[in-house]
Amino acid sequence: MDIQIRNIHKQFAGFPALDDVSLAVGSGELIALLGPSGSGKTTLLRIIAGLEFPDRGQILFGGEDMSRRAVRERNIGFVFQHYALFKHMTVLDNIAFGLTVRRRALRPAPAAIRAKALELLELVQLGGLEQRYPHQLSGGQKQRVALARALAIDPRVLLLDEPFGALDAKVRKDLRRWLRELHQQTGYTTVFVTHDQEEALELADRVVIMNRGRIEQVGTVDDVYETPRTPFVFDFLGDSNVLDAEVRGRELRLPGAGEALVTDSIHPAGPVDLYVRPGDLRLAEPGRAGIDVRVTEVQRTGPIVRASADLVANGSVVSIELPHLHHDAPAFRVGAQLRLRMMQFSVYPAARGSQTGPTQTPAREREPGQRGRG
Amino acid sequence: MRSVVAPPAAGRPRSALPGFGLSLGFAITYLSLIVLIPLAGVFTKAAGLGWDGLWQVLGEPRVLSALKLSFGTAFVAACVNAVFGTLVAWVFVRYEFPGKRLFDATIDLPFALPTAVAGIALTALYAGNGWIGQWLEPAGIKIAFTPLGIVVALTFVGLPFVVRTLEPVLRDAEKELEEAAASLGATRWQTVTRVILPAVLPALVTGFALAFARGVGEYGSVIFIAGNLPQVSEIAPLLIIIKLEELNYGGAAAVAVAMLVISFTLLLAINTLQAWSNRHRQRSRAAPALPHPVLQGEGS
Repeated sequence: MDIQIRNIHKQFAGFPALDDVSLAVGSGELIALLGPSGSGKTTLLRIIAGLEFPDRGQILFGGEDMSRRAVRERNIGFVFQHYALFKHMTVLDNIAFGLTVRRRALRPAPAAIRAKALELLELVQLGGLEQRYPHQLSGGQKQRVALARALAIDPRVLLLDEPFGALDAKVRKDLRRWLRELHQQTGYTTVFVTHDQEEALELADRVVIMNRGRIEQVGTVDDVYETPRTPFVFDFLGDSNVLDAEVRGRELRLPGAGEALVTDSIHPAGPVDLYVRPGDLRLAEPGRAGIDVRVTEVQRTGPIVRASADLVANGSVVSIELPHLHHDAPAFRVGAQLRLRMMQFSVYPAARGSQTGPTQTPAREREPGQRGRG
Repeated sequence: MRSVVAPPAAGRPRSALPGFGLSLGFAITYLSLIVLIPLAGVFTKAAGLGWDGLWQVLGEPRVLSALKLSFGTAFVAACVNAVFGTLVAWVFVRYEFPGKRLFDATIDLPFALPTAVAGIALTALYAGNGWIGQWLEPAGIKIAFTPLGIVVALTFVGLPFVVRTLEPVLRDAEKELEEAAASLGATRWQTVTRVILPAVLPALVTGFALAFARGVGEYGSVIFIAGNLPQVSEIAPLLIIIKLEELNYGGAAAVAVAMLVISFTLLLAINTLQAWSNRHRQRSRAAPALPHPVLQGEGS
């Protein structure tokens, strides 16, 4: 069942938690709402569920307006970060709960409810644990029971609020892979909230990146990673170096550096911020093309070599990452004068006042960045 | 003399919490001085009557009906408090309203008020010419000077026990549990009866037990409103006082022993019930600290 989210506004005590958010989720899609805390992602999920109501805007499931319906009339499956299992019920009773509270006319026979609950228990790979109480389960098992309980009512959409947030790293990874498989198996339209970008990128068909109550970018994992539309998205999805740069005429230059990085810039003339990932930087021998830098620090940590370098022209610091077998890696020596090349970078209009980081500038004041290749 | 380190298997296993012997010794001595020795005195005094004497006292219709009245009214009052006290606690925990703090302080008044004052106030209200009694009397409902009046008084003194026991537990109850139940299609009523109440049941049982124990031992507030007609509205604690005034110490001790044994049995049963309703709770992660019902609130 597809979900339409139209122009949702929500304020909490004068603070806009959601500011004109619209989103379409296709039937059977697995979507991640990704953002830092306070970005409004959980509020959006709870509004889809009917656990909160928007000040304005509409929620539609399969074209049907849900905006005024209470949570119990929406037929959604909701999974909470802290499981919210009923502690006084066995695993089996927890899973069966949604069926046993139905009106008599819609309620399956007790034997059918039991069969369905046992079947779901098998689906979440917990067969044989039906008589346990929640406190006798591990965190990962509890979350599986919570998921089985949500699936028991055959929900129209499945909503998960930081489902792996309370679990340790190893369990989280296993459960992630398992959830992906389960989704392929069952095909429920699924929206989940996370602040972990790795989790979102690994699990989701599409990622919705949120910041300060707005959607910054929606796209496939490749989309958002390869062409981040805003500095916030660039910064949120990985490590970044931010450099002051300038567009003069059609050329993009770093101040003080001789060579133009791009000679056909689409940006209007003026200062810009250049974002580049440490892994997209390369070092070359002096005399080759590139910007003069001096290496200040080298750290070899297993498969990755990390280095810091100062731009000779203006003293800006960049960090660089290379696989340790890369042919440039041996050139990393403290004090070496080398040339820096950027394999790939993004350019955004300069944030006002270079001290305020790019994430502090509202997204709407920015235009889509330009991708450059060096 | 050389000290020898005992192998771990022999003797008491070492504990990471030192001072067990000392603190246990202190606790038992204290409990003996404050509770057990006075109670033993009651038993000794009653034993002076011999079995026959004891049965004779307890077989008196006046004693039997007093005991029945005391435990019966305490039970009814505790039931009333369990229902309405839960409601009051729920409202205090879940809603904000003007004057909440004032109401909240009012709940504790039965703790603080001399019970005799409460008894006099209630009698004035419910007597045939009182503010409330004058409306009930024509309808054929007599409260003051009947067992019903005793229930009213015991409900009054027992209310804070239920409210104060339930409040912290209700406050800790996760809102997410209710949201989960609602998302699964449960109505409000189903959520309350199948999710919230079972979660707070152990606390409710404790509150009930405390209110009940308090009701059994209550004296001051009851004797004013009860009217104290033998075999109608005469409670067991009053009967003990009467026997004492008649210098019938053995008789008084006999009634006291009966009350003690019945109270202890009932509280033990309630305690067992509580352990049973607590069976699904994690042992390691202590549930919200609840006062232990046995031998608490035995205020007579």
